[in-house]
Amino acid sequence: MKKKQKTVNSSAVNSIQRKAMKKYAPIFIIPTFIAFCIGFVYPFLWGIKLSFFKFKTIRFQKFIGLQNYINALKDASYFRAFKFTVAYTVVTMILINVIAFAIALALTRKIKGSTIFRTIFFMPNLIGGIVLGYIWKIILNGVIQAFWNSSLALNATFGFWGLVILMCWQQIGYMMIIYIAGLQNVPTDYIEAAQIDGATGGQILTRITIPCIMPTITICTFLTLTNSFKLFNQNLALTNGLPYDGTIGTTQMLALNIYSSFYENLTSLGVGQAKAVLFFIMVGIISMVQLGFTRSREVQE
Amino acid sequence: MKKKLVSALLVTSMAAAMLAGCGKGGAEETGSVYYLNFKPEADEAWQALAKTYTEQTGVEVKVVTAAEGTYEETLTADIDKKDAPTLFQISGAVGYESWKDYCLDLSDSDVYKQLTSDDFAIKNDNGVYGIAYVYEGYGIITNKALLEKAGYSIDDIKDFNSLKAVAEDITARSADLGFSAFTSAGLDSSSSWRFSGHLANIPLFYEFEEDGITSQPATIKGTYLDNFKAIWDVYTQNATCAPSELSAKTGDDAVAEFVNEQAVFYQNGTWAYGDISSIGDDNIGYLPIYIGVRDEKEGLSCGTENYWAVNSQASEADQKATLDFLNWVVTSDEGTSALADDMGFVSPFKNAKSVSNVLCNIMNQYVADGCYNVSWAFNFTPNTESWRAPVVSALAAYSAGTGDWDAVVSAYVDGWAEQYQLSQQ
Repeated sequence: MKKKQKTVNSSAVNSIQRKAMKKYAPIFIIPTFIAFCIGFVYPFLWGIKLSFFKFKTIRFQKFIGLQNYINALKDASYFRAFKFTVAYTVVTMILINVIAFAIALALTRKIKGSTIFRTIFFMPNLIGGIVLGYIWKIILNGVIQAFWNSSLALNATFGFWGLVILMCWQQIGYMMIIYIAGLQNVPTDYIEAAQIDGATGGQILTRITIPCIMPTITICTFLTLTNSFKLFNQNLALTNGLPYDGTIGTTQMLALNIYSSFYENLTSLGVGQAKAVLFFIMVGIISMVQLGFTRSREVQE
Repeated sequence: MKKKLVSALLVTSMAAAMLAGCGKGGAEETGSVYYLNFKPEADEAWQALAKTYTEQTGVEVKVVTAAEGTYEETLTADIDKKDAPTLFQISGAVGYESWKDYCLDLSDSDVYKQLTSDDFAIKNDNGVYGIAYVYEGYGIITNKALLEKAGYSIDDIKDFNSLKAVAEDITARSADLGFSAFTSAGLDSSSSWRFSGHLANIPLFYEFEEDGITSQPATIKGTYLDNFKAIWDVYTQNATCAPSELSAKTGDDAVAEFVNEQAVFYQNGTWAYGDISSIGDDNIGYLPIYIGVRDEKEGLSCGTENYWAVNSQASEADQKATLDFLNWVVTSDEGTSALADDMGFVSPFKNAKSVSNVLCNIMNQYVADGCYNVSWAFNFTPNTESWRAPVVSALAAYSAGTGDWDAVVSAYVDGWAEQYQLSQQ
């Protein structure tokens, strides 16, 4: 009942607010928009342009057409990084969402101290990626040394799972908060009605809760997908591509691969730029497909 | 209300524009210096020196130090800015190739005339583009007191075999002695350059010398890699830790082991004096890295990879300010003292002061005794960081027993050819 009243109230306020919003919107939008143009649009256009040039610094550049793209696609390390990134993204996306959802479910039950738990689970997300990477490198190397007499730099499997553990630890708390918000918005009358009809806990979860929070699931999978696909800091700090197979870093993800081709040699800056443009297209396509896929399952209200 | 806000905004922006204008005008008249420093260990001394110069002349000197291993990145990012470094460093002829668009011809500069020898300049037919400011040498730093505790004197070590024998004897008795022969040869990025760069240079030097190579070769043969394996085995099998732990050991670990007297030998260079001086000057010995090739007259490995270059794209006023600053650094009392005492540099300038760095003094003694210099052949490495990373990875795998030595050879020899090709694209 309480909830319904709130909705009525808010819709009455809405029309007044909307007018005010229209009037003052530019004030709020313009600073961000300018920052977006300076920090994103302008460098992005420059980046696309530079991917067709050979350059060391942008003051001296030479147009070479598609050569950078050809070199990028011929680079074996780029494909290796792509495969590694895809495998990593699939694993972390599933793990993070399943665990975060489970914890969110547990913490929306009336458990004593659930607010404290929420805060603690959320905290890892406040630490920067590079710092986390170095701390986890010490922790994981200690454990790996003790049990397997190896290290992150020696075995790509450890590197892969080390990255997975690190990202789960950091991201689960964040996704959990979003899931909790979603779960709290599931109308209690639906669940009560189902309970009266004799639905089991499992049925309520799969038939009511999950369809109702589909928008939340969309957001969370979208966030984890792009976060994992674009992962850089943690990758750099934890493994930095080690170990090498020949001259290819076996735990290099796409972003790190692009970064290292920037500083690898004097002629590959353009190649790095071309790789980055390809990377942008990849992230765009994958995100669109994923968004479309989950959207189609959302319950229309 | 709205009008007031707008006018307030306008006034603020005008004031800002005026202030910005003032700042710029002032700087353009006198010129200023921006030095992008390579050596983190010398940062403090540079900052102090810059402050002194500003106090004396009023010329603004900004010193920024790039974090360890990120100099190329920092320079690439900064050099295109409006406020670009006016003074930066290049690492020899290969570095000059990559930065030649930005290197000012220094042949008429005062600082060039202060050089004791042209060997310390990057020179070609057109002019002088780099000036070395520090001359360094590396080898095996030895704790003589510990060595004596083990029953040896530093004079007992004359070649690879005696080094190996001493190391193995210490290892056999390390439980009784309470220390090991070598500090950990850490392969973390904070330490791996000591081996992929410096240790790997020794076999490279002999190969180049034998083949008469004086410029960057497209391929290398790896003639003396068996000797490299032998010295690496001595390093890792007689160390403070098991070879399998090396991939995670850092540079700080090795320093700590050495100053806490857990090990006798520590491979590093003259620049490490500040880190290890606490063991006492009398206890410091310094051995060449013997690998079993022409050991009898081998000296330390000396050279430089630190050349000053002045940004040719900077304004003329800034270029002049920078050259004046450099000349002051290498001629004035404050400058030469800072170079010698605070930074511990042996610098190749006429007015250079002698240093109190014991390692430098021993380095010079080898030269005086007629030992030959193992010069820095690694300055020819194509795409240095990209060549080294797989070598380090292969060394780590070999030491841990998960890889074999062939992978090191392949990273060393094939990696060179591959990186050379890439760098020529």
